[in-house]
Amino acid sequence: MVLAMDWGLLAQQIVSGLALGAVYGSLALALVLIHRTTNVVNFAQGEMAMFTTYIAWSLNHHMSYWPAFLLTLAIAFAGGAAIERTVIRPVERGSPLTVIMITIALFVIFGGLASWIWTGEERDFPTPFAPQPIRIAGVTFGRHEIAVIVITLATVIVLWAFFRFTKLGLAMRAAAIGPEASRLLGVRVGSMFALGWGFAALLGAVSGMMVAPLLVLSPTMMQPILIYAFAAAVLGGIDSPAGAVIGGLALGVGINLLATYVDFVTSELELPVAFAILIGVLLLRPAGVFGRVVARRV
Amino acid sequence: MRRAAAVRGLLLLLAVGVVALLPAVISDYRALELGYVAIYFIAMIGLNILTGFAGQISLGHGAFMGIGGYTTAILAANHGVNDLATLPLAGLVAGVVGFLFGFPALRLAGVYLALATFALAVALPSLAKKFEGITGGSNGIFLPRIAPSGDWLYYVSWSVALIMFTLAWILVRGRLGRTFRAIRDSEIAAVSSGISLSRYKTIAFGISAFYAGVAGALLAIPTGAIFPETFPASLSILLLTGVVVGGVGSLWGMLIGALFVQFIPVYGSDWLRNLLEPLGVDIADTTPGVPAVLYGTILLAVLLLARSGVAGLVQRAANSLTNRFNLRQLQRHITPSRREA
Repeated sequence: MVLAMDWGLLAQQIVSGLALGAVYGSLALALVLIHRTTNVVNFAQGEMAMFTTYIAWSLNHHMSYWPAFLLTLAIAFAGGAAIERTVIRPVERGSPLTVIMITIALFVIFGGLASWIWTGEERDFPTPFAPQPIRIAGVTFGRHEIAVIVITLATVIVLWAFFRFTKLGLAMRAAAIGPEASRLLGVRVGSMFALGWGFAALLGAVSGMMVAPLLVLSPTMMQPILIYAFAAAVLGGIDSPAGAVIGGLALGVGINLLATYVDFVTSELELPVAFAILIGVLLLRPAGVFGRVVARRV
Repeated sequence: MRRAAAVRGLLLLLAVGVVALLPAVISDYRALELGYVAIYFIAMIGLNILTGFAGQISLGHGAFMGIGGYTTAILAANHGVNDLATLPLAGLVAGVVGFLFGFPALRLAGVYLALATFALAVALPSLAKKFEGITGGSNGIFLPRIAPSGDWLYYVSWSVALIMFTLAWILVRGRLGRTFRAIRDSEIAAVSSGISLSRYKTIAFGISAFYAGVAGALLAIPTGAIFPETFPASLSILLLTGVVVGGVGSLWGMLIGALFVQFIPVYGSDWLRNLLEPLGVDIADTTPGVPAVLYGTILLAVLLLARSGVAGLVQRAANSLTNRFNLRQLQRHITPSRREA
């Protein structure tokens, strides 16, 4: 069995797993970003990403790929910040149920708006990369898959550098960790929260535009991906950005390999596997693999 | 106080009377639709016991409905049991699963619980497709009969709804309901008073899933068939939406919530079209997504403006009415003495 192992297939499956995993990871990172700043798990994150991908699809009819890509990122950023300002701010101190239901209302509205504006038809989303595969050491890889890995991880690194090295990034981290103290030091905490939502929406837009050519663009495209992103975020620890990305990559590769090599795991079982991971992690290590255990004061 | 109880009892009697006589004046199709309302009503009473009284979030009640629905379908189709006779068992199976799900849920609060239950809702249709041997996969299961008429379904589901409502009403007013509310309001205070969190949270999950199971079983009866898509993740979202719109923590508010859940998705586009036509906005008959936008917006508005839902608004209106009434009574008592003076 082991001797007959097809190493080329294994490499291909790992790369396509990494591509999907990068998408899960960036959406998971968006969830973590919002959870760290406003303590909300944003159920609408996937639908917001889907919506911005549709905007990119429309823009693509008027301009070439990269200007449309950048313009979409700007729209996503502004939209995310605007949502925080208008509907999240009033319930910030409300019960978890209220805040969760607000994001679910957004989930429903964005899903409905997308079907309303662009109809429920499936669309092909373009990729700027040539369809010819790349050959490395005799194994062929899809050019877009490689690009997805590079672009998503580059976005993540740029964001990390922003938080680590800029004054604004420092202010955002401060606002998330200690809003009261930050306010006393002159940080405009409210604006920082809005920025956090903006960046999260931007990350979601990247993940949507990257995954759409691998699937087809439809109003429900991001729903399973959101579940994988939840599982990735919980696996890595819902407060750990690095954990979210690593969790996403691990989940993408893991599920791809399971589906390839374990006959029992057919495509119907992929979501339940993510569900099992989610429940398992929550039960055994609720803080996630990379998360800190927070002692609750009573 | 006694007058308020009497008024409430009269209102309940009136409501039962209206429900009992309504099919005489409406079409058979309308009766069928209202039968569905009763089914959602049952599921949402259960969800509200968990969310409104015990303070636990569930975004997975569609999955518990699915378990009840499949129990009924399998018993009726493969074992020849009368479909209505399977209702208690369907509730029981779902209740046991809910009770067991309560154990992992114990360790989770707030957002984590929402995540876990939502994942359950998403996973169930896939699982139903995978285990074809039990569930028939995508081909579904066909029951020996479909509901003979809309009126038939109406009376069956409203009778069950009345029983379930009464049980819930007794439950939330009793010791168990008080315990649930204590947990909701402060877990620490509840534990300090000797309440076992694990015991009562799992019981709340179990009871709540029992209601969902009965509702899911009823959902299999009108069409005489169930498929994995009968219980999509969006059903769970719709149920919780109905609970919020009707009023978290209000049992009769679930009636409003159930009407909302049944009629907004179906007639939402029509209403919105009539509303927007004078403004020059044209919505085609078949535009998808319009009902979703409508019900999402209503949900958002309720959350931002009237957090206790329609039931809360009615309660507030009733309170101000009785206050005004009491004030007038008071004035009538005071005025004569003033005249004497």
